Amino acid sequence: MSEIIKNLLDYLQFPFVQYALIAGTLIALCSSLLGVTLVLKRYSLIGDGLSHVAFCAMACALPLHMTNDMPLTLLLTIACAVLLLRSGRNTRFTGDAAVAMISVASLALGYLIINLCASSANVSADVCSTLFGSTSILTLTPVKVWLCVALSVVVVTFFVLFYHKIFAVVFDEEFARATGVRVEMYNLLLAIVIAVVIVLAMNLVGSLLISALVVFPALSALRVYKSFLSVTICSVVVSVLGTLLGIIISILSGTPVGVTIVAVDLAVFILFCIIGACKGK
Amino acid sequence: MPLLECIDLAPGYGANAVCPPLSFSVEPGDYLCVLGENGSGKSTLMRTILGLQKPVAGEVRLGDGFLPNQIGYLPQQTAIQKDFPASVMEVVLSGCQGKHFFQPFYTKAQKEMAQKQLQRLDALGLSRKCYRELSGGQQQRVLLARALCATEKLLLLDEPVSGLDPQATQAMYDRIRDLNRQQGLAIIMISHDIPSALRDATRILRLGNHPFLGDVEEARKTFLTEAPKGGEEA
Repeated sequence: MSEIIKNLLDYLQFPFVQYALIAGTLIALCSSLLGVTLVLKRYSLIGDGLSHVAFCAMACALPLHMTNDMPLTLLLTIACAVLLLRSGRNTRFTGDAAVAMISVASLALGYLIINLCASSANVSADVCSTLFGSTSILTLTPVKVWLCVALSVVVVTFFVLFYHKIFAVVFDEEFARATGVRVEMYNLLLAIVIAVVIVLAMNLVGSLLISALVVFPALSALRVYKSFLSVTICSVVVSVLGTLLGIIISILSGTPVGVTIVAVDLAVFILFCIIGACKGK
Repeated sequence: MPLLECIDLAPGYGANAVCPPLSFSVEPGDYLCVLGENGSGKSTLMRTILGLQKPVAGEVRLGDGFLPNQIGYLPQQTAIQKDFPASVMEVVLSGCQGKHFFQPFYTKAQKEMAQKQLQRLDALGLSRKCYRELSGGQQQRVLLARALCATEKLLLLDEPVSGLDPQATQAMYDRIRDLNRQQGLAIIMISHDIPSALRDATRILRLGNHPFLGDVEEARKTFLTEAPKGGEEA
C-alpha cells in the first residue's frame, strides 16, 4: 500500500500530472452541472451528438492546415447545439431523431475527411485517440489548462447566477414562458454552455465516451436524492471524485484515462443504485 | 376597468384560425369557464391569452398597469415532471421567477410568500416533501400555489382536475371557487365538466359546434333546452 502512495506522490511532482488533475476536476465539475439539466430535459444523448460534431470540426481543420483548431471546433459545435436544442419545439424532427442524425452524419463525414487528407501515416491511431481520448490529457500545455480554468469559471458562474431560472425552465417551460421568463434566451445560453463543455471534455475522455461524463453522475445522484439542489450538488461531488480517482488509477496502472474514468463512474452508479434501492424499502 | 380584453381574437396556427373571432372581457372577480369538445380551440385560446403564441387576427389587451407577467397559470402536467427531483418549496418558489430578470437568490419575503400560498391551499404540511412522491391532487395543489406566487389578480387554469379521483376533483373545484369568491381572484378555467362549471362559474364561454358566451344563468337555460341532444360531446 505504502508503495502505491509513494509512487503516486512521485507522479504528483510532475507538472503534466498536476495539469491533468486540475483540468480533469474542472471538466468533471462543469459536465456534471449540465448533466443534471440535460438528463431531466430528456437530452441525455446530446453530449454524444455534439462531441461527434466537434470530431468532425477537428477533421475539417486538418485540410485547412490550421495550427489551432479550437475556434473552429467551438464555433461549429455551438451552432449545432443551438440547432438541436431549438428543434425540440419543431414537430417535424423530434429531439432524439435530430440528435441521432447529426451525430452519425458528422462522425462519418469527419472520418471521411481525415481519410482523404491524411497527413500522418497512422490514420487509425489518430482517429482512435480522438474518439476514445488519448493521452492528450497528460500532454496539456499550461495555456490549455488556463483556458480550461477560464471557461470553467464562466460555466460555473452562469450556473450559479441563473440556477433558479434554469430550474424553472427545465421543470416547466410553458409555465416559465407564460409568467414572463425569457425561456428562449436561457435555452440558447444553455446550448452555448453545453457546446463549450463538450469541446473541453473531449480532451479528457474523447468523443465516444463523453456522454458518460455528462450522464453518469446525474443518474447516480437521481437514484438517491430527491430535490433539485441536492441532486445537483451530489452529482458534482460524485463526478469530481470519480474523475480524480479515474485519473489516478490510470496513471498508476497505465490504463487509458478516458475509459478508466468511465469505469469508475459506472461503478459509482451501481453503488448508488444499491443505496437507492435500500433507502426505498 | 377589465383586467383583460379580447378583441376579435382568432387563436390559431399560422394563418389557420381554430375558432371564429371572439370578443369578450374579464373583469376583476369574474369566473369564466371555457367549455367545448376536444379540438375546439380551448387550449389554443388560453395559450394566446398568455402570449405563448401569436393570434391569427385580433388582439389581447391587458388592463392598465396589469402586466403579462402578473398572470398566474396552471398548465397541464408534463411527462418530465412525473419523475423530476424537486422539493415542493423549489417548485412553489419557481413561480416568482417571472417577476425579475435577474434573481440568483430568493429573498426572505419571497419564501414567506410561498409558505403563505401553500397555507392558503391547506398544503403547508407538504412544503418539505418531494414533489414526485405526492399524489395527483397534492401535486395540483402545489402547482396551484406556484401559480398564486405569480399573480394576485388573474389565474388561468387548463383542465385542473384531469387525472384526479372524484374526491380530489371536488376538493380542487371548491378551492378554486374559494379563491374566486373569498379572495377575489379572477379565473379563466378550461373544463369538460359542465355541471360543475354551471355551479361555480359566473360566466361561460363555449367553443366548437355550439358556440355560446354569456352569464351562467343564461347558460343554464340554454344548456337545459339542448341537453337531450348532448350539445356537448363530452
